[in-house]
Amino acid sequence: MNDLSVNGRTRRVDADPSTPLLYVLRDDLGLHAAKFGCGLGQCGACTVLIDDRPAFSCVVPVAACAGRAVTTVEGLGTAEAPGDVQRAFIHEQAAQCGYCIPGMIARAEAMLRRTTTPTEDEMRDAMRPSLCRCGTHMRILRAVRRAAVARGGGVIDAAEPVQ
Amino acid sequence: MSEATRRDLLAGAGLFVFFALAGSSVAQSGEDGEEPPEIAPGLPGDLTKFPLLDSWIRIAPDGGATVFTGKAELGQGIRTALIQLAADELDVALADVTLVTADTHRSPNEGLTAGSHSMDKSGAAIANAAANVRLRLAEAAAARWGVQATALFTRDGEVRHPDGRALGYGELAGGLSLHVPARKDVPRKRQEGRRLIGRSVPRVDIPGKLTGAPAYVHDMVLPGMLHARVVRGIAEGTRLVAPDLDAAARLPGVERVVRRGRFAALLGPREWPLIQALRQLQRGRWEATRALPTGDVAATLRSMRSEDSMLVERLDSPGLRPARTLAAAYTRPWLMHGAIGPSCAVALFRDGAMTVWTHTQGVNPLRDALAELLRLPPERVRCIHAEGAGCYGHNGADDVAADAALAAMGVPGRAVKLTWTREQEHGWEPLGPAQLVELSGAVDPGGRIARWRHAVWSNTHLTRPKAAGDLLAGLEIDPPFVPTPPRPIPQPEGGGDRNAIPLYQLPNIAVEHHFLPDMPLRVSALRSLGAHMNVFAIESFADELALAAGRDPVRVRLAHLADARAREVIARGAARFGWSGYRRATLRGAGMGFARYKNIGGYCAVFLDVEVVRETGRTIVHRAVAAIDSGEAVNPDGIRNQVEGGIVQSLSWTGLERVDFDGRHRRAYDWSVYPIARFDEVPRAIEVEVIDRPGQPFLGTGEASQGPTAAALANAVHAATGLRLRDMPISPEAIRDALAR
Amino acid sequence: MPATVPVSSTQPVTKRFATRRRHLFGWALLALVAGLVLFLLWAHRPAIAEVAPPSRRAFDPADVARGRNLALVGNCVSCHQAPHGRPYAGGYGVVSPFGTIYGTNITPDPDTGIGRWSEAAFARSMREGVSRDGHHLYPAFPYDHYQRTTDADLRALYAFLMTRDPVRAEPRANDMPLPFKFRPFIAGWKLLFVRDERHRPDPRRSAEWNRGAYLGEGLAHCGGCHTPRGLLGAEKRDRAYDGGWSAGWYAPPMNARSPAVRAWTVERMEQYLRTGLSLSHAAAAGPMGAVAANLSRADPRDVRALSVYYAWWMRDAGAARREPRLIDRAAAAARAHPAGAALFAGACATCHEPGAPMMVEGRPALPLGSPLHEDHADDTVNIILHGLEPPVGRAGPYMPAYKDALTDAQVAAIVRYMRIRYGSGSEWPDLEDTVAKARERTAE
Repeated sequence: MNDLSVNGRTRRVDADPSTPLLYVLRDDLGLHAAKFGCGLGQCGACTVLIDDRPAFSCVVPVAACAGRAVTTVEGLGTAEAPGDVQRAFIHEQAAQCGYCIPGMIARAEAMLRRTTTPTEDEMRDAMRPSLCRCGTHMRILRAVRRAAVARGGGVIDAAEPVQ
Repeated sequence: MSEATRRDLLAGAGLFVFFALAGSSVAQSGEDGEEPPEIAPGLPGDLTKFPLLDSWIRIAPDGGATVFTGKAELGQGIRTALIQLAADELDVALADVTLVTADTHRSPNEGLTAGSHSMDKSGAAIANAAANVRLRLAEAAAARWGVQATALFTRDGEVRHPDGRALGYGELAGGLSLHVPARKDVPRKRQEGRRLIGRSVPRVDIPGKLTGAPAYVHDMVLPGMLHARVVRGIAEGTRLVAPDLDAAARLPGVERVVRRGRFAALLGPREWPLIQALRQLQRGRWEATRALPTGDVAATLRSMRSEDSMLVERLDSPGLRPARTLAAAYTRPWLMHGAIGPSCAVALFRDGAMTVWTHTQGVNPLRDALAELLRLPPERVRCIHAEGAGCYGHNGADDVAADAALAAMGVPGRAVKLTWTREQEHGWEPLGPAQLVELSGAVDPGGRIARWRHAVWSNTHLTRPKAAGDLLAGLEIDPPFVPTPPRPIPQPEGGGDRNAIPLYQLPNIAVEHHFLPDMPLRVSALRSLGAHMNVFAIESFADELALAAGRDPVRVRLAHLADARAREVIARGAARFGWSGYRRATLRGAGMGFARYKNIGGYCAVFLDVEVVRETGRTIVHRAVAAIDSGEAVNPDGIRNQVEGGIVQSLSWTGLERVDFDGRHRRAYDWSVYPIARFDEVPRAIEVEVIDRPGQPFLGTGEASQGPTAAALANAVHAATGLRLRDMPISPEAIRDALAR
Repeated sequence: MPATVPVSSTQPVTKRFATRRRHLFGWALLALVAGLVLFLLWAHRPAIAEVAPPSRRAFDPADVARGRNLALVGNCVSCHQAPHGRPYAGGYGVVSPFGTIYGTNITPDPDTGIGRWSEAAFARSMREGVSRDGHHLYPAFPYDHYQRTTDADLRALYAFLMTRDPVRAEPRANDMPLPFKFRPFIAGWKLLFVRDERHRPDPRRSAEWNRGAYLGEGLAHCGGCHTPRGLLGAEKRDRAYDGGWSAGWYAPPMNARSPAVRAWTVERMEQYLRTGLSLSHAAAAGPMGAVAANLSRADPRDVRALSVYYAWWMRDAGAARREPRLIDRAAAAARAHPAGAALFAGACATCHEPGAPMMVEGRPALPLGSPLHEDHADDTVNIILHGLEPPVGRAGPYMPAYKDALTDAQVAAIVRYMRIRYGSGSEWPDLEDTVAKARERTAE
């Protein structure tokens, strides 16, 4: 039995402790934003926040989550009341197939909790562990720049200005 | 009688009615495969195949409109665009339209969602059907009020009289049959009346996808559902030797092992134990089942047997004396679709009927193939499109649907969700074929292209399932099925020869297609098919000829184009980019590429400002500028999104990617060994200028930018370094090593 | 000479002694100042006059090509390029016990680089560690190794560097406490620790071995990481290749004390250096990643020579004599560290267990690599925290970073488990501490 703190609530999950968090989130807790992309920590589709830090939930066993705060994209906002990062992504229409985007949002959120004034290169480095195949990168970066401004900061040496 | 058979009967009756009017019916067999015949030519889009209005639109008593499309949302934004069209032409609110996408039991059979035809086939049909429905609603109200329909107008789901009387669509629809054919020449809304068409309406599906709403087949949960993993060799060309499935069946969490011949799937209530069990099985010995080529692309393709056809051969001015002649060979390696989400399907076999939720691009042909595989009558198999990750063509979607269906037959009454692993997707998905293009040509003393000869070698770009033997499981069950022999796709669509005929006006031109039927690697359609390769080659060679004649590449394009829209796309792109004022510097240059997709689709010109870092060969795209003309723009931002995405995707294909394989199997099993562009490698900035042509036919967008981008990269690298690289990928290593020499 | 003090006087004895002490002190001070002046005079190196920036065309392409190869062997770009910076433009910080020293701009930029350096100035910097204008260079720039480079090779390196693309980039100021900022002290350091050494081929050995020795002891400066250093940061000459440290990574011994459990044959070493992966050992991690990236493009004969040389150094290592059978002590490890076992199963096994895709495709199993057999846990911890990027090119061994996913205690638990299951040697002490320190360093 595993007690997890997910999006501010304690959830009890009956799963083998070695089970990667991703499957527990999706199958036991009905939280589908984090996606299975590779299960190998290579693509970032499964990214969630653990104690404000970005983590590949596909290679983090639930045993590692005890006593730590897990935040998924569902915990950042809803379709009716999106959080500021989600609002930025919606504003920039930063999605094509959309499969990678929750991971992008989680990773952007983690970066913004660390700094709201990264340089353009630092922002790209921070997002680098997440892959997108549709080529939505430009919009994702525009959304992150927009979200940085919304948080009171702004990307330094931005390659494209926030419109 | 099931709804499906009733519809088929009625469609058949319609067929009967219109056969006399239409004359011979024409079965389409292009990239869209075998499709229903055109029984009502002259109507827009796929109304020709399904002319009855209620195939497309139903109005509910509450006034809500349900719109049916045989196309699928692949992430290209078609859902929103079609809803925009329907809502605007019907005069209802966006939120009052429900779109039902591809479903063999509910939607018109529009074949595949491929070839960038969604807007011109489905969009045109829906827009016109909606206009028809609006007119009929107005006529129904007019009849009730005893006035002329032309005196009325529609607004917000109501038919209104200038005197204030109004009747809601819901009420009107109750007494109105939409089971009538569309009338030709029902006008679409004029520009002034449009509220949604031509506006960048935010996509209706994005908010949900960004906040965790279940949106993909991967997210589906049905009561009592079992998860599943298929057991296969690690990559095509391999199989496990006698996997110990009995031992696997005894592992914790494995509730059932479904076996059919060599096909095997592990089923259980939780995913992690199945993954661990699959890993256990993958420890076992594996063997190679065939030999793969090991030479370079050009040598390999030239050595294979070919079926040759001349696509065009014209000698208009045989007497021209060229000033400079050139010849060059260009190649592309095998490329992966590489969907971020591995393929997945949910299947349920109940009461002798199979339902499969699948992200296939063609629910109807898949249904037929599954029916054959499962030995069920086609009407007892239903395929419903549910979104997957972007597929960019024929990836593992159909195969996994078959895997899930077979697994589900082993547990009747219980839904099964089968997901491929990353290595299975990388190892088994059909690849984009490798290609070789040889070009030779000449420029005359005046700087005009005097001669042009293009020859392309390629496998088929189309092995989408028509039959059970086209599915991986179909080859594994006992007795196995046989794959459909590959056939070329006829022009103007084309496969390996897609876009092989340049749009330019060239006096002496020959274009030849060497179709290679033998497929050393599993191949099928990858976004834009042969256009990526052919446009890369054509636009690189056009630059080579231009520069040999000392002419500006943009001017040379314009000098050979009569098509005004092609000229405009190039001119506007060049102007926005600042082509004429661009000053190159050391290791920094600009390049362009242009094409009209298939010479019948969207027009796209791409310009790149590129810097090359000598020590690493890395290319930094400082700025990408594109101009796109897709005809009437239903959602300009949707078009922009597709072009931006196409540019980034093509830069990754062209500048980085290649599937590695040894003599026995593919060796590109995960992202570490098949890298794609990451955030530090994508352009610094992209601008897309959308040329909107209201009233013009829809031309499609999704595949228009890949070819021009590939050539723009080659041309920009040449401008920056003087190096002419003709073999994709134009990788940092290739550039670095060439610079060092 | 102190003046004599009359013994017989009316002054008391103590005062006589105080005066003497004051005089002694005065003379001592004078001696110190004199000594300092002498030292400064001795430590002073003259500036070498600037030259007009030479044209690219002035250099023989053969020299440039040869220099390119030597620069790859010397790994120059690793210390002379900042993250997101341009190659050879400087800005990379070498973290030392004495502070952080930033590599300078060695592009031929006339104002911020070496564009106005003559070949003589370049050669002096490589041989003596003195900049063109005469200031001493910190031995983070390993001129104690580079001094062995022949004249012809120095010419080639000069030709290569002077034909790079000039990049305008001001060198970053070093971040060091005050005493170490006093550059003349370096002269003293050199006096104490740097012997004037040229390469002397050993007639008993093959040409390949000698080439490997020339490069290894010289430009490749392997001992710079693989040899332990003393308190003042100088390599301990009597403990050559006994293992050392670089940027928080432990560079294991490359002699008879090599902890590798598989022999480092010439072929395996070649494979490792050229591809960043030895199928009998592990992927090149930490600073070795950049080494492999550079050597992958160097003359294969030189890489082979280096391999011959270092295979010779390790000819008496345990694995060279007998490769031990590798035992997977899964049960014992799980019993000793059940928490670590569960964490490993969910976080690591998915790539590292036998049925995983990369393992099916032949990547080396965990016990084959040296980290789990070393005396220090740092390499294992670093790899887990910071992950691994493909060393050569864009494709290759890759591992995600776990620093954000796992706590210090969790990493320590996994490491303890792995040490028992796959490793050898005694338990690593103070693991949480090691993890905490490693976390602070950035990834290589």
